[in-house]
Amino acid sequence: MDINDLRSLFTVLAFIAFMGIVWWAYSDRRKKTYDEAAMMPLDDDSPFVPPAPRVTENQERKSS
Amino acid sequence: MQSQATYNYKVVRQFAVMTVIWGIVGMLVGVIIAAQLIWPELNVVEWLSYGRLRPLHTNAVIFAFGGCALFATSYFAVQRTSHAPLFAPALAAFTFWGWQLIIVLAALSLPLGFTSGKEYAELEWPIDILITLVWVSYAVVFFGTIVKRTVSHIYVANWFFGGFILTVAVLHLVNSAAVPVLSAGILTPKSYSAYAGVQDAMVQWWYGHNAVGFFLTAGFLGMMYYFVPKQAGRPVYSYRLSVVHFWALIFTYMWAGPHHLHYTALPDWTQSVGMIFSLILLAPSWGGMINGIMTLSGAWHKLRDDPILKFMITSLSFYGMSTFEGPMMSIKTVNALSHYTDWTVGHVHSGALGWVAMISIGSIYYLLPRLFGKAEMHSKKLIEAHFWIATIGVVLYIASMWIAGVMQGLMWRATNPDGTLTYSFVESVKATYPFWTIRLLGGLLFLTGMVIMAYNMFLTMAGGKAVNAPVLAPAAAH
Repeated sequence: MDINDLRSLFTVLAFIAFMGIVWWAYSDRRKKTYDEAAMMPLDDDSPFVPPAPRVTENQERKSS
Repeated sequence: MQSQATYNYKVVRQFAVMTVIWGIVGMLVGVIIAAQLIWPELNVVEWLSYGRLRPLHTNAVIFAFGGCALFATSYFAVQRTSHAPLFAPALAAFTFWGWQLIIVLAALSLPLGFTSGKEYAELEWPIDILITLVWVSYAVVFFGTIVKRTVSHIYVANWFFGGFILTVAVLHLVNSAAVPVLSAGILTPKSYSAYAGVQDAMVQWWYGHNAVGFFLTAGFLGMMYYFVPKQAGRPVYSYRLSVVHFWALIFTYMWAGPHHLHYTALPDWTQSVGMIFSLILLAPSWGGMINGIMTLSGAWHKLRDDPILKFMITSLSFYGMSTFEGPMMSIKTVNALSHYTDWTVGHVHSGALGWVAMISIGSIYYLLPRLFGKAEMHSKKLIEAHFWIATIGVVLYIASMWIAGVMQGLMWRATNPDGTLTYSFVESVKATYPFWTIRLLGGLLFLTGMVIMAYNMFLTMAGGKAVNAPVLAPAAAH
C-alpha cells in the first residue's frame, strides 16, 4: 500500500464521516436539542436596551 | 450573583466603531485606485502609486474593515449565547489595540514599498509575528468564553466563528512562513518565502482561497446565524441544515484553491481537483444562503420597513449570486475566458461589497444602539438611504466589470485567419475606459453610503452612554 492508497482512503473516510454527520443531524433524537438551540439567540434578549442600571433616567427619556 | 455581572461590551464597542472608520478609509483607497486606472496622471508620487495603494486597499477592507466587524460581532455573539462575559478581558483589550497597531503598520509599510509580494498576505515578517500574537490571543478569549458558558449547547454561530479563527491561524502560519533577511533590519524588513516555484504558488492560493472561504465566508456566516434571527425576531429556518452547512463547508473549502492556478505549471490533476471541489461548494453555499433567507419565511412583511433587515437579506442574495458565479468561473473552459480579466474583479466585489460589507453593515447597525444605551439608531431614514445608495453602487460596480471582463477575454483570445492576434493589449485597455468610469461611480456610491453610516453612528453615540448589559441567566433558569 503506497501513500496514494492512504490518500484515497482518507478521502473515502472523510466522505463517510460527512454522511454520518448528515444522518446524525437529521436523526429524530436530535430534534428537541436543535429546536431549543435555535431559540438561543432569541431567548437571551430584552426588547432593545437591556434594563441596565447604568442607563440614567435622562437618557432613557431621550431615547424613547 | 450571576445577574450582577455585565457582559464586556467595551471591546465590542471599540471594534464596532472602528469597523465604520476603517470601512471609509479602505473604500476611499479603493476609489482612488479606481480613479488612477482612468487617469494615470493621479499616480503622483511612488508611495501613492497604484501598485502600492492596491494592496493597501485590499488589506484595509478585508482585515481592517472586515476584521474589526468580525471581532465586534463574534465577541458580542459568543458572550450572549454563552451567557457568560468574555474570558480574559485584558487579553481582549490587547486584541483591539494590537489589531489597530497592525492596521496602522500596514498603512505605513505598504505605501513605503515593504511587501512580501503574496496577495492578501503582503505584510512583512515583523507584522506577521504581531498578527500571530493577536490572533492567538483572540482564540484564547473566544474559546475561553465558550469554555466558561453556562449553557450546554454551543450555538451554531459560534461554530462558524470558531472555525474561522482556527483556520485563519493555520493559514497565516503556513503561508507566511518565510526566511527573513536579518541584515535588512527590523524597520526596513525583507524576507523570502519558505517555498519555491509551483509549491509556493499552490501554498499561496491554498491560503488565498481559504482566506475567502474562512475569513470572508465562515466568519460572516457566523454573523448571519446570530444577527439575522435577532433582527428578524425568529429562529433560524432549519437548525439541522445549519449543522450540515457548517461541516459541508469545512470539508470542501480547503480543496478549492487550485482554481486560481488553471493553465499554469500546476499539475493538471491538481487543477481538476480544485475545479471539482469548487463546483461541489455550490451545495453548502446555497444551503446556507437559503437557510438565512428562509429565516424570514412567514414574516416577509418585515422587509418592507426594516432597512437593517434589507441589508441582511440583500447580502444573502449577493452571497447566493457570487457563490453561483464562483463555481462557474472555476470550470477550466470558463476560466480560460475570465481569468486575468476584470470579471474576476467584479466577482470579488460582488462577494466583498454585496455579501461581506452588507451583512457587516446590517450587524453593526443592530449593535450600535445597543452598545450606547439607545433604543435604535439616530435616523432610520438614513439607514434606508444608505441601503439604496449602497445597493445601486454594487450593481453598477459588478455589472460594469462583467461587461469589461467578458470583452477583455474575447479581445485577448481573438485571432485573425493567419493566426496573428486581432487586438493588441492596449486596445483592450482603451476599450475598458467607459466601464472603469462606471465602476468608479459605483465605488463612490458605496463609499458615500459608508460616510452616511458614520454620520448616523456619531449622532447615535452623541446622546448615548456606553452601557454594559447584565449577564442573563440561561432561558431554562427563567
